[in-house]
Amino acid sequence: MRIVLAKRETRSQIISTLVPIISFLVSLILGGIVLAFSKANPLDTYVYMFRGAFGNWMAFSETLVKAIPLMLTGLGVSLAFRIRFWNIGAEGQYVWGAIGTAWVMLYWQFLPVQALLPFSLLVGMTAGAIWAGIPAVMKAVWKVDETLTTLMLNYVAILFAEYLYYGPWRDPKGYGFPGSEPFPREAWLPRFLGRAHWGLFIAIIIAFILFFVLTRTKWGLEIQMIGKNPDAARCLGVNIKWGIIMVLLLSGALSGLAGGIEVAAIAHRLQKGIISGYGYTAIIIAWMSQLNPIAALFVAILMAGLLVGGDQLQMMIGLPAAMGLVIQGLLLFPLLAGTIFTEYKIRIKKTKEV
Amino acid sequence: MKKIGLILLLLFLACSLIFAQEAKAEPFKIAFVYIGPPGDLGWTYMHDVGRKQMMDVYGDRVDVGFIESVEEGPDSARIMRQYAMQGYDAIFATSFGYMDYMHEVAMDFPDVYFEHCSGYKTADNMATYFGRIYQPRYLSGLIAGKMTKSNIIGYVAAFPIPEVVRGINAFTLGVQEVNPDAKVHVVWTNTWYDPVKEREAAIALLDQGADILAQHQDTTEPPKAAQERGKHSIGYDADMRQFVGDSVLVSPVWNWGTYYIDTVGKMLDGTWETHQFWGGLTEDAVKLSDFSPLVPQDIRDLVADKKAKIESGEWDVFNGPIYNQKGEVVVPKGQVMSDNDKLNMSFFVKGVVGRVQ
Repeated sequence: MRIVLAKRETRSQIISTLVPIISFLVSLILGGIVLAFSKANPLDTYVYMFRGAFGNWMAFSETLVKAIPLMLTGLGVSLAFRIRFWNIGAEGQYVWGAIGTAWVMLYWQFLPVQALLPFSLLVGMTAGAIWAGIPAVMKAVWKVDETLTTLMLNYVAILFAEYLYYGPWRDPKGYGFPGSEPFPREAWLPRFLGRAHWGLFIAIIIAFILFFVLTRTKWGLEIQMIGKNPDAARCLGVNIKWGIIMVLLLSGALSGLAGGIEVAAIAHRLQKGIISGYGYTAIIIAWMSQLNPIAALFVAILMAGLLVGGDQLQMMIGLPAAMGLVIQGLLLFPLLAGTIFTEYKIRIKKTKEV
Repeated sequence: MKKIGLILLLLFLACSLIFAQEAKAEPFKIAFVYIGPPGDLGWTYMHDVGRKQMMDVYGDRVDVGFIESVEEGPDSARIMRQYAMQGYDAIFATSFGYMDYMHEVAMDFPDVYFEHCSGYKTADNMATYFGRIYQPRYLSGLIAGKMTKSNIIGYVAAFPIPEVVRGINAFTLGVQEVNPDAKVHVVWTNTWYDPVKEREAAIALLDQGADILAQHQDTTEPPKAAQERGKHSIGYDADMRQFVGDSVLVSPVWNWGTYYIDTVGKMLDGTWETHQFWGGLTEDAVKLSDFSPLVPQDIRDLVADKKAKIESGEWDVFNGPIYNQKGEVVVPKGQVMSDNDKLNMSFFVKGVVGRVQ
């Protein structure tokens, strides 16, 4: 007897709604067991976590702060995944976005102050796009495996950023602490609720534009085709190499924008604390949203809620930091594992005796 | 009508009594934001010891929470905001990199007391506190200078910021005072808390021939690495001899309890004002731990003598003459370095091998 996974030809509506709900319940139960073992009341804990993330406007604003970079990197990663380009380099592209933005903010101050913000974000996007373009060209021209190249380039980007803020960009008035000078206050991206900032609207607008482009334009259809059936696409005269490169430039630009916005709105400088794994969480967001741009917005808010609410595990329940991460991981795991049931059927086959 | 008025008045009084009592019973809520886990047996551990001493003194009057391993970046602002939103009355943040974020949050929550350890930014509701750990560091340098045989002393150091540079200089001044031939070799790790990196740096120094390791790091890894090679070390933060063994000759240690008790007391009775506290041996903010049995009596006497001079205010570690690495005079004989110069220190004294990057 053996267990076989067979791809579903059609996704049934019931399964795709039922699976996430059941996975979520399994998550809560699994997390609850671990919490109970750590001598915490699971029900109270979940209530605290929910309140910590969504309980009032101020709490929700902090969830939005986390959600904005997750939305943008999530959108970027989803876009690449659509053509089955496994871009796990969103982290590096995000870092380059932050570097590009910081460069303009710090060293292009001859520009009028009003021009500094839009121009710096543009340069950040370009930097992110170039960083994604490198593995895209390598894949399109030489068929170099992109999972490795995108991943390795993350480390290059992070180390280069470290070099900058430990070295030539270090704030001379910062008492030697690693981090650049602060950006001019007039050029900060404005906030509207607590620390939540205009990046939210930028992300939402981009998500809707992406949704429109992907479903309503010729180029969107070509991308769909490259992802689902490259041979057919080629026969229909779609330039696949160019398609890969274009999609990846866009994907990198979105992650770059995330990094740029994060430094322009939240950190106001380039420093070590800004690199906190958004680009990796983006992969989870892409999966859970099933590459749908609008869904990615909501999944990003949920993920951000899990991260922000997770603080309560320490603050209210008194669990150690490591335990908090375990619980967060446990809550996520069944949700991801659950996607397998929407994509595949599980059959038990009897094997013939040989 | 009069009756109703009277009843209303009584009701009002009763209510206000109940609420007043409730308000009185409400404990003063304090939160601590830590850079590492209290189990680091170093920096965070000592803050946690101080926190508990403070809690013992005020008992039910305070309700104290803490959060560990908070990154020095935008996330730290979220943590502090959440505490402030949840009705905490005072927040202590115990690492330099929290400074700008705490300052930002302090502006938004003017009714909350903020205390930042090791920074320089203050506000009406934000104070700083720190200790002159350079004083016990100097004393530990005397011991290292006397006890080194290879005349190579290693120093595993976190960030090239004035706080760390000051410590290295004070330690080296102690070493050179008793042994002008000994040199202090510095390796930067660019982290406060990373057991693996700290160990690697320690091993690199031991490979260069160091027979005593000192450190500005938050874990016991450098002393452990030294002990495994049969070498000695100078601990830091806490009395690391308790956790590693007698190879740790002595440790300059923090003593936050006295300060925490004092400043929380002022918050409770309403006399708190913003300040910049920088306490030394005299104020009991820093200490030199007990000696390892390996430290001979004559060295102990020498240390006790210098310690008494520092405590009485008769002499200070950074009294001239002080020379930089090139041998140029930085503080002439007979002069004393100002606190401001100490806080901005960004050069190495003679006897240090390494660069302030």
